[in-house]
Amino acid sequence: MKEVVNLPVDSIEREEYHINMGPQHPSTHGVLRLVVTLQGEIVKKVQPHCGYIHRGIEKMCEKDTYQQIIHLTDRMDYLSAHINNHAVCLLVEGALQVEVPERVVYIRTILDELNRIASHQLWWSSFGMDLGGLTCFFYGLRDREKILDIFEESFGSRLLHSYYLPGGLMQDIHPNFQNRVKEFIKYNRRKIKDYDRILSGNIIFLERSQDVGVMSKELAINYGVNGPSGRGSGWACDIRKKYPYAAYEKVEFNEVLRTEGDTYARYMVRMQEIRESMNIIEQLIDNIPEGDFSVKMKPIIKLPAGEYYQRVESARGELGVYCISDGNKTPFRMKFRTPSFVNLGVLDTISREMKIADLVAIGASLDLVIPDIDR
Amino acid sequence: MNSIYKYFADIFRGAKSLLIGMSVTGGYFFSPRAIVTQQYPENRKTLKMFDRFKGEVLMPHDTNNQHRCTGCGICEVNCPNGTIEVISDRIETPEGKKKRILDKHIYHLSMCSFCSLCIKTCPSDALEWGQIFEHAVFDRAKLTKILNKPGSSIIKDID
Repeated sequence: MKEVVNLPVDSIEREEYHINMGPQHPSTHGVLRLVVTLQGEIVKKVQPHCGYIHRGIEKMCEKDTYQQIIHLTDRMDYLSAHINNHAVCLLVEGALQVEVPERVVYIRTILDELNRIASHQLWWSSFGMDLGGLTCFFYGLRDREKILDIFEESFGSRLLHSYYLPGGLMQDIHPNFQNRVKEFIKYNRRKIKDYDRILSGNIIFLERSQDVGVMSKELAINYGVNGPSGRGSGWACDIRKKYPYAAYEKVEFNEVLRTEGDTYARYMVRMQEIRESMNIIEQLIDNIPEGDFSVKMKPIIKLPAGEYYQRVESARGELGVYCISDGNKTPFRMKFRTPSFVNLGVLDTISREMKIADLVAIGASLDLVIPDIDR
Repeated sequence: MNSIYKYFADIFRGAKSLLIGMSVTGGYFFSPRAIVTQQYPENRKTLKMFDRFKGEVLMPHDTNNQHRCTGCGICEVNCPNGTIEVISDRIETPEGKKKRILDKHIYHLSMCSFCSLCIKTCPSDALEWGQIFEHAVFDRAKLTKILNKPGSSIIKDID
């Protein structure tokens, strides 16, 4: 006969237990395993376990030439592939002191911003879905499809573009490109109002996001959480403003800042950034100068021996590429400072003493892309 | 008294926000023309990919079954993951020169990462992108393709 043990109710409630969230959990957006220590429903500790999708991209870079590295950077943060490519291209061009044509600079800036809009739209969709609004997922993906169509027409791929090369672009943009981008901006300005009506003012959404996962400015700086997540805490950390690259010096745009630091602030920063990106594109799209789409580079690029660092503002924060060259055709060491990995670090601190349902909202609001964490 | 007023105001504010959201979704319910869903397997006949779509690497042949590949192997060197193998023979031309001709241009579609470096770097423009995207097969060996057609030769004036 099995003996039934009657534990006092108190001790069960006080007992801490562990739950594995992931690696196959629908709200982790990828194969991220979070070991959550719970007391009842209260989160006491979150331990992320990385490495499920580690492909050794930094090591693979050491055997590849500088042109071949481009296609690997696509696969780190697949939602901002253009921006990742841009970082490596700027690094190589800066090291060789190559001046790229003005046309390339303009096209790259426009494509970066389109990519940022697409990334934020996908984030909006999945954020809505994580908080229970399935409709957001359909609307966001439908509008993102318009951008992917522009990409597909111009260079044949939807997600992993490999379109930039050191010294320029793979091929010239499609003749329809400018018209389609202008059409899209017009369309998106209309649709983004729908986004606000569906989600931004929704009472259930407000209750679940306001004062949830508050990150102070000091905390954001201490953990290095930059990008839209850091700007939601009032930290002015936009690389496009601080260390301008490409054509960002020539355009006027505002750095979006919120001071609350909660999940709702991070949400509103991203929604406003979509609008700012559309402003940047509108300023550039009519003024693309004529010219070549690339400069002639040597077939085998050899960087002079030394250390190089290049940073760009990806859709999630600062992407840094650090490269040590020993003068050969392959780098001696490549290191990527990816934004998602750094932003994951703060998840434990800001989700303590919150409910487990809030953990989903906080994790989604940091906009983690798992292949970007593991590389 | 104030807190009771706030309590009811919150209820009305919440209900109003829900109704605003539902007016957006309801709009689509009554205007079916705004629906953009494509019925994929049914529309295969009319579905056309863009000209620049990267489906698979092809080697275009003209009507005389001639291609432009010299068998130099630059695509093989530039490929980041060993997708392409170029097997070439050395023959002696009637003038007594030694020349390299293409025997087999093997393309492993299963390993391709669609970076277009082979097409970009080819000195004689022998490769191009094909627009077929339905690559699923039951046998993995079918994904290894020989791009030059049997019995094909090189167009004369290409070095």
